[in-house]
Amino acid sequence: MEWETVIGLEVHVQLATQTKIFSGSSIAFGAEPNTQACAIDLAMPGTLPVANEQAFRYATMFGLAVDAEIGKRSVFERKNYFYPDLPKGYQTTQLEEPIVGPGNVDILLSSGEQKRVRIHHAHLEEDAGKSVHEGASLGFSQAMSGIDLNRAGTPLIEVVTEPDMRNAEEAVAFARKLHSIVTSLGICDGEMSQGSMRFDVNISVRLKGGELGTRTETKNLNSFRFMERCIEQEVERQIEVLEEGGTITQETRLYDGDTHTARAMRSKEEANDYRYFPCPDLLPVILDDDYIEQVRSTLPELPDARQKRFEETYSLSAYDAGTLSADAAVASYFEATAKASGDAKLAANWLMGELSAKLNAEEIAIGGSKVSAEHLAGLIARIKDQTISNKIAKQVFEAMWNGEGDADSIIDAKGLKQVSDSGALEKMVDEVMSNNPSQVDNYRKADEKKRPKMLGFFVGQIMKASNGQANPQQLNEILKNKLDAE
Amino acid sequence: MNPSEIEKLANLARLKINEETIEQTAKSITEVLSLVDQLKAAETEGASPMAHPLDAVQRMRADVVSEANQREAFQKIAPATENGLYLVPKVID
Repeated sequence: MEWETVIGLEVHVQLATQTKIFSGSSIAFGAEPNTQACAIDLAMPGTLPVANEQAFRYATMFGLAVDAEIGKRSVFERKNYFYPDLPKGYQTTQLEEPIVGPGNVDILLSSGEQKRVRIHHAHLEEDAGKSVHEGASLGFSQAMSGIDLNRAGTPLIEVVTEPDMRNAEEAVAFARKLHSIVTSLGICDGEMSQGSMRFDVNISVRLKGGELGTRTETKNLNSFRFMERCIEQEVERQIEVLEEGGTITQETRLYDGDTHTARAMRSKEEANDYRYFPCPDLLPVILDDDYIEQVRSTLPELPDARQKRFEETYSLSAYDAGTLSADAAVASYFEATAKASGDAKLAANWLMGELSAKLNAEEIAIGGSKVSAEHLAGLIARIKDQTISNKIAKQVFEAMWNGEGDADSIIDAKGLKQVSDSGALEKMVDEVMSNNPSQVDNYRKADEKKRPKMLGFFVGQIMKASNGQANPQQLNEILKNKLDAE
Repeated sequence: MNPSEIEKLANLARLKINEETIEQTAKSITEVLSLVDQLKAAETEGASPMAHPLDAVQRMRADVVSEANQREAFQKIAPATENGLYLVPKVID
């Protein structure tokens, strides 16, 4: 039996506003519990919501970026359910008339194939608060839960895709692209570990070409890696159940990033159990053409356009351009390095190689890089003018990362300047040859074809003696001349 | 409305309904619904659904922090708090 996976995503994107969607409370991350929860957020009697214009602007920017129609009239509804982190007893959200209509996002797969993922719609809504269950460490009974309402009322857009993805790779590629779009727009800080983007994944399997299977929803994935693992596991689980003659239960599952397992959470409530109805406290929001066009005129460069520009301006491959253009901060670091060093290819290689390895190892974003674009450009300039070799450059980079100064001062202080003086190089070659007569003899007796490989021994000896500072091209040339001369 | 529908609604709305009065409640709500049913006779062809009775548009505010921290005042009237958190009977789903 050949199975086909069908995946749709619901993505909660936290908007980078200063305040909540319906109140003037701050949404700054990391505040003491409940210090950013005002009377409106707590649903005190008599309070009324007042809409935050910036949230609508950001949602409009998103809609324009994914080529969607903007809902000129959008209406808020109440989604009713009881949970202690939702003081009002309903979430204010949109259902029938969302702010962003159907659109699409193009993703690039590792096969080089481009695929279009359709956006069903995106709507504005408020986030709920947080429940804390670790009473023991916080000084309250294990029979109680603690509620922090700082997050209650934080503006979100929920982006809902069509079930267009067929495997984990496509879903992750879409998620990364969406991350790239919202961070490039500046409407979300993209900090996944802080919950700024959360993914709910709807997964079902079916016999190829057959009818859609029953789906499960795994909620609140906040890393691309978790998402990939979760999809692979869930697909495997569903196929196993079906092949054993079982049926899939429609359910909500919760993924645990510590144990890398998911478990069923609750059987999914029927949509109409939420008893949606238009919120009487909020009037319809009308966005006119002038407003939409004004927002359009403020749109920054989007990842697709930036990738194209990188390919053309810096002669980068589609892959390199894609990698460097996805994140706005990485893109601007790259451009600064490329411009200051005058070598885009080297800048790209260093950014995607040494620098990104360091950033990953220390788990810091490019904004916190210990080597500035200016310093990296300084290093590249010294590679270009052959002051140092690539190998030595890595040593200098390490020193820059450890805060020992810029490339020039490190090269000076450590005496790392490449030896390009042919007299000095010849002396080194002579010395090595007279110290290793049998190796020289072997080389000279060897077949022409085997010689280049044997040359490596001498290069290695000289590099060792010169602390890697001998100019490799020149050294090779001198060595070959002397050895071949007999 | 039959009694099981009433029970479901009561559960969703977190209302406690007396066993003995379920029948009566079902009957009352059915009567209310039949009143509402009369509205169905109204001619609505061509009328778009109304989201709000007022023919007005939502006003917006600027994205500026206007609310100061009043946690102390709010928590003074809460039944139970600890470490800045509001305490509620444990909920895990």
